[in-house]
Amino acid sequence: MSTTVVDARNLLCPLPVIRTQDAVVKLQPGDAVQVLCTDPGVVYDIPAWCRVHGHEVCDINEQEYEIAISIRVGESGS
Amino acid sequence: MPQKPKAVALISGGLDSLLAARVALDQGVHVEGINFYTGFCVEGHTHAIRKQDRARPKRNNALWSAEQLGIKLHIVDIIEEYKDVVINPKHGYGANLNPCLDCKIFMVDKAREWIEEKGFDFIITGEVIGQRPMSQRKDTMPVIARDSGAGDRLVRPLCARNLPATLPETLGWLDRDKLYGFNGRSRKPQMALAEKFGFEDYAQPAGGCCFLTDKQYSVKLSDLWATRGTREYDLDDIMLLKVGRHLRPRPNFKVIVGREEGENRFLEGYRKRFVHMIPTSHTGPLVLLDGEVSADDIELAARLTARFSQGRDAEQVTIEVKQPGGDARSLDVVPLTADEIPAGWYI
Ligand code: SF4
Repeated sequence: MSTTVVDARNLLCPLPVIRTQDAVVKLQPGDAVQVLCTDPGVVYDIPAWCRVHGHEVCDINEQEYEIAISIRVGESGS
Repeated sequence: MPQKPKAVALISGGLDSLLAARVALDQGVHVEGINFYTGFCVEGHTHAIRKQDRARPKRNNALWSAEQLGIKLHIVDIIEEYKDVVINPKHGYGANLNPCLDCKIFMVDKAREWIEEKGFDFIITGEVIGQRPMSQRKDTMPVIARDSGAGDRLVRPLCARNLPATLPETLGWLDRDKLYGFNGRSRKPQMALAEKFGFEDYAQPAGGCCFLTDKQYSVKLSDLWATRGTREYDLDDIMLLKVGRHLRPRPNFKVIVGREEGENRFLEGYRKRFVHMIPTSHTGPLVLLDGEVSADDIELAARLTARFSQGRDAEQVTIEVKQPGGDARSLDVVPLTADEIPAGWYI
């Protein structure tokens, strides 16, 4: 199954969350999304957004200045 | 069983919208949150640009509110459409460049479009009569309801008892007796209600929910408009106003000076758009030049950059100057002295 990549690098919160949300709306439960970001705030915001919408955060890979967050779309859609 | 009535609550991240949504939830309404991103919003993360603040835990208060309430939150990008609100507010500005009344009308109007599209029944806001001088007055409440097109589908649970009954009340979806009649600037009733609901650690923004209520920010935005001769702006413009020191040595250009590593890194993202410079002989900031600049302007900006570097007391500092296209050259300059930087340069 393919992974949808959301490039939110150089965007400040909450734009990475909004871009993620806009991508997830078009997907089906179980689909995979990877969000690439540079704003450190995403490690709080994207998991919080996933919790309120019932999506699963599978992995957060933090390099020095770049963060990749892997998400699996939950049952309720967005 | 009849279907639950459905409402969307405008969630700003502050206490009032959190309480208003909770009051409706407690009456059995299905509530989802909506939060509008204008580009001017004050985010816990705005300071995350600065390296020293990176370690501090941050949160998006609107998302935090949604978690406390156990509701979904839809964050909507309104950056483009919001420009007209900021540039041409029909009802004017507040103390700074905050067009609060037009802003409220615009947001409720967007929420109205949203409920109509999604088949929701009404809109909830945390407004309280008399709480804010511009947008939350007894005479502006009906203006917001009318001009947004929401009419009696707009409910303010915290002050509903001081206002005419709304549709959800007349249809029996909300029991008016269980809504509130808060009035005035006091925060005590909200704090008492927060305690009753067990909400702790909620955000208490001073002034307002966005940078447009900030005096310094408004001065920078006015400067941008005045010197460009147009009020048009893009997201980068308004983000850059939140970062660095801004100085205008001459009418045709200003410099944006990174104050520390995190800001320098953020400003690096704009190298393709601006002439920029950085000291190479000494440690120092990344500096962007915004405006049409001559060779003489570049020399002055380089001397200013040297002043903000570790070489401020050196006889000479080498500055690398790069064009947005990438062409680079080095300049050896004498740093400006403190006296050569008039206070009036600072925006
Ligand atoms: S403070 Fe800013 S976001 Fe809040 S109502 Fe006023 S203009 Fe709108």
